[in-house]
Amino acid sequence: MEHYLNIFIKSIFIDNMIFAFFLGMCSYLAVSKTVKTAMGLGIAVIFVILITVPINFLVEKYILSKGALVWLGEGFSDVDLSFLTFMVFIAVIAAIVQLVEMIVEKFSPSLYNSLGIFLPLIAVNCAILGAALFMQEREYENVLEATVFGVGSGVGWMLAIVGLAAIREKMRYSNVPAPLRGLGITFILTGLMAIAFMGFMGIKL
Amino acid sequence: MSDHEKEPMFSAKSLKFFTAPLADNNPITVQVLGICSALAVTVKLKPAIVMALSVVIVTAVSNLVISAMRKYIPDRIRIIVQLVVIATMVILVDQLLKAYMFDVSKQLSVFVGLIITNCIIMGRLEAFAMANKPWPSFIDGLGNGAGYGLILIVVAFTRELFGSGTIYGYPVMEKIGAFRIGYENNGMIILPPMALILVGLIIWFHRSRNKTLIEKN
Repeated sequence: MEHYLNIFIKSIFIDNMIFAFFLGMCSYLAVSKTVKTAMGLGIAVIFVILITVPINFLVEKYILSKGALVWLGEGFSDVDLSFLTFMVFIAVIAAIVQLVEMIVEKFSPSLYNSLGIFLPLIAVNCAILGAALFMQEREYENVLEATVFGVGSGVGWMLAIVGLAAIREKMRYSNVPAPLRGLGITFILTGLMAIAFMGFMGIKL
Repeated sequence: MSDHEKEPMFSAKSLKFFTAPLADNNPITVQVLGICSALAVTVKLKPAIVMALSVVIVTAVSNLVISAMRKYIPDRIRIIVQLVVIATMVILVDQLLKAYMFDVSKQLSVFVGLIITNCIIMGRLEAFAMANKPWPSFIDGLGNGAGYGLILIVVAFTRELFGSGTIYGYPVMEKIGAFRIGYENNGMIILPPMALILVGLIIWFHRSRNKTLIEKN
């Protein structure tokens, strides 16, 4: 149990998707103008990661990696499909996003309307594919570990975007030098937030 | 920084597709695209250059391919088609890197794969390749990849020089004797946050030179 908690905390604070790996920066910068929309996108990202990471984990373990197809028969024991990883992962993500979009639209139209354009855009959010690829690179042992890691990454991403949105709401009343307004100051803010998050690096888990 | 060897092939108009993304319409500092996979590879110059070249190739070739197919792609499934084309190019680049530059490929780790979700590529496919002929699209892809690479290389150059005291692995600071007069490498520059702040500073510099880019709010 403690082991899973460690992975969770680590993926939120220490290996934060945005502050340590700069993943999902595009939507992070574009959608962080108000806290409300940032929150909506954050929840959507967590939701999609929660579904895609375990599926990609299983696909990787039972179809793609070397010798994974052995359950089909002895003849498949040295088939190595790992070069297809990118294509399969992105296809799974795009399909799941499409599916989630249809389900949300059917069962919760109000949530669907509030998420709007963000839901389809999640397919090309680097944080999602990044979570899948890190899951592969760090070689988690079972589905639960991978899922916990995925959810932690999602929560970390949401924490970052909501924090930035809150700061940007306050920034509206500040006198920022004209060339820095908008994008420039956002980058510097993110840098400062990242420095703050580096404080967590000392934690040994 | 621009490198067009085949100068005569470029008419003035298609040359503009190449140069605009280098400065006034830079994908990173102006269009705000593709920052995702960019900054983590800028600690050293070598991986940054490899990454920049990979992105240039993937952007240019997938622009070319999508533009050649644009009349046959049904509108409803275009995103999937685009993703498949991009993913194919990225797989090719990844396998080439693994075969010929294994150490760099290890350093880049997941970031080669993340070129797939690099918004520059999707953005250019949607905005340019779906509506233009193959040749201009190819140039546009080259230009946008190069504009992205330019920022990447500037950031990596600064971080390597001040963070490790080297340029492309060559110990510059040691050779010019900076350490003897009390200079120290700045360990802070190597950490991730400084990449963000450096890009912020580049944007600041760029926009104070070019006032039309300043945001209203």
